Amino acid sequence: MSRIDAALRDLRSLDALAVRDTPLTRLDARAKVVITLAFIVVVVSFDRYAVAALLPLAAYPVVLAVLGDVPAAPLVRKLLLAAPFAVLVGMFNPLLDRTPMLAFGEATVAGGWVSFASILVRFALTVGASLVLVAGTGMHALCAALAQLGVPQVLTAQLLFLFRYAFVLGAEAARMATARELRSGGRALALSAYGPLAGHLLLRAFERAQRVHLAMVARGFDGELRTLRAQRWSSGDTAFVLGWCAFFVLARAVDLPQALGRLLLGVSP
Amino acid sequence: MHMADALLSPTVGATMWLASGAALAVGARRVRVAGDDRLVPLMGVLGAFVFAAQMINFAIPATGSSGHLGGGLLLSILLGPHAALIVIASVLTVQALFFADGGLLALGANIFNLGVLPCFVAYPLLYRPIAGDGASPSRVAVGAVVAAVVGLQLGALGVVLQTVASGVSSLPFSTFLLLMLPIHLAIGLVEGLATVAIVLFIRRARPDLLAPGGTPSSRATLQPLLAALGVAAVVTGGALSWFASTQPDGLEWSIERAAGSAELAAPEAGVHGMLARVQQALSFLPDYSLPKAAHAAEAETNEEPAWPDIDGGTSLAGVVGGAVTLALVWGLALLLKRWRR
Repeated sequence: MSRIDAALRDLRSLDALAVRDTPLTRLDARAKVVITLAFIVVVVSFDRYAVAALLPLAAYPVVLAVLGDVPAAPLVRKLLLAAPFAVLVGMFNPLLDRTPMLAFGEATVAGGWVSFASILVRFALTVGASLVLVAGTGMHALCAALAQLGVPQVLTAQLLFLFRYAFVLGAEAARMATARELRSGGRALALSAYGPLAGHLLLRAFERAQRVHLAMVARGFDGELRTLRAQRWSSGDTAFVLGWCAFFVLARAVDLPQALGRLLLGVSP
Repeated sequence: MHMADALLSPTVGATMWLASGAALAVGARRVRVAGDDRLVPLMGVLGAFVFAAQMINFAIPATGSSGHLGGGLLLSILLGPHAALIVIASVLTVQALFFADGGLLALGANIFNLGVLPCFVAYPLLYRPIAGDGASPSRVAVGAVVAAVVGLQLGALGVVLQTVASGVSSLPFSTFLLLMLPIHLAIGLVEGLATVAIVLFIRRARPDLLAPGGTPSSRATLQPLLAALGVAAVVTGGALSWFASTQPDGLEWSIERAAGSAELAAPEAGVHGMLARVQQALSFLPDYSLPKAAHAAEAETNEEPAWPDIDGGTSLAGVVGGAVTLALVWGLALLLKRWRR
């Protein structure tokens, strides 16, 4: 299967999860957007050496994934695929920062390793939360929520169009790539052939845009996109937002694992 | 090249969001004022094109590697910079949401690095003057390559500045810059060549699409860039100068570490300052997540040798507590799962 097909399948599978009826999908999309952003800000606001203190926050993506019945395997796969940049940059921390930070008897752990671990935990938490947001909301509800939250319609309409036509043009690109591969005898695509290939795809995109526009005008399009707003804010949504906010404040204010560890080990403060 | 949430501080993330938000707002207004209803489907479909075309790799001559299209510059040439910025922002948003490229907080920084800089710096200041009216293919080619290279170098510089200002990574500015710029010089060249290949093909096949006036809203202005930079400057100058003294960010952090801590005496403000204050008020064990502050306090009271100052009890409690926390989260998930059935 080509790279394009794989990407389209990923796109479709994550969005399709939100079609089902689960406690997570029943929540108002605005509540999920707001609380996910709050979550990410709280996670990145921790000290750069915080590792254990961040772990209670894992409850947020995990609980939401369970509530939304989101399968873990594709989420973990996406996490690993997206990791390289943060991991590459973080990997320099152990080399540059060698100040001892933790001690276990005689052995010490350098600050660089602690901050590297912190980067990995931050990465898993923030990316996990945004993937769960999409899987539990879906692109259409997400765009409607963004519009209701005041994002200009030009932007939300653009997102919806992009999402719709990514499948159409993606399938076309995949067909062109397959046709070329079958005729190329395994040679890589040369730049001289790339121009016409991508150029033809672009011409088809222009023509399709023209047809789409005519079809829209024929259905009364006047420059404004009108969407149905099915979702209503309920008391459950308020409770969801307030509950998680309270948890985030608690987890940010008190180092829960440290307190727990001291309690279990009987170490006095 | 995509900036990641894990490497950003909230201040830098919010600043970049405000800057990109300002540029997007100006861009959105300009597109709406243009009032061309052909533009709505055209932008959407071209966004899908960039999305698909980024996955078509071509071989780079004389090397084993491959390259692909960037998109910002090509879209600026086809649509004009305002519409191009909005299209690029939508592509980056879908990538952040569905492929975990970057993240939602880092999206502001990514829109700035990969959208605002190519559309409002590289395109109007380099491509337009060099390519002129597009009559000469060689000038178009040179203009596209130069604009793509410079645009991506600026983007890489943006990533370095944002990372260093956030202070999560320990990489010093100069080292990181020396790592990033040469890599992105190569990537920029490849992007430039891909853009040239497509533009020259379109120029032969459908010259009307590139003719001046043939594309909507093609007039370039610096307004969105100025809006973005203005907002960034105000936020940086205002809020960041407070934060810088409470939150040991980047350079500040290394200076403080070298000179000893002045953290507790500094004024505190804003969300982060408030969170830190709440933490200080409630935390009965401040020495774990604020090692520098604790170190300063202990150095005052005990007059022990100042460094290294680590506490075995804290370390072990952190590890044990962390493991138990993860086990608790896991247990919570299992319980919820059972309850749902």
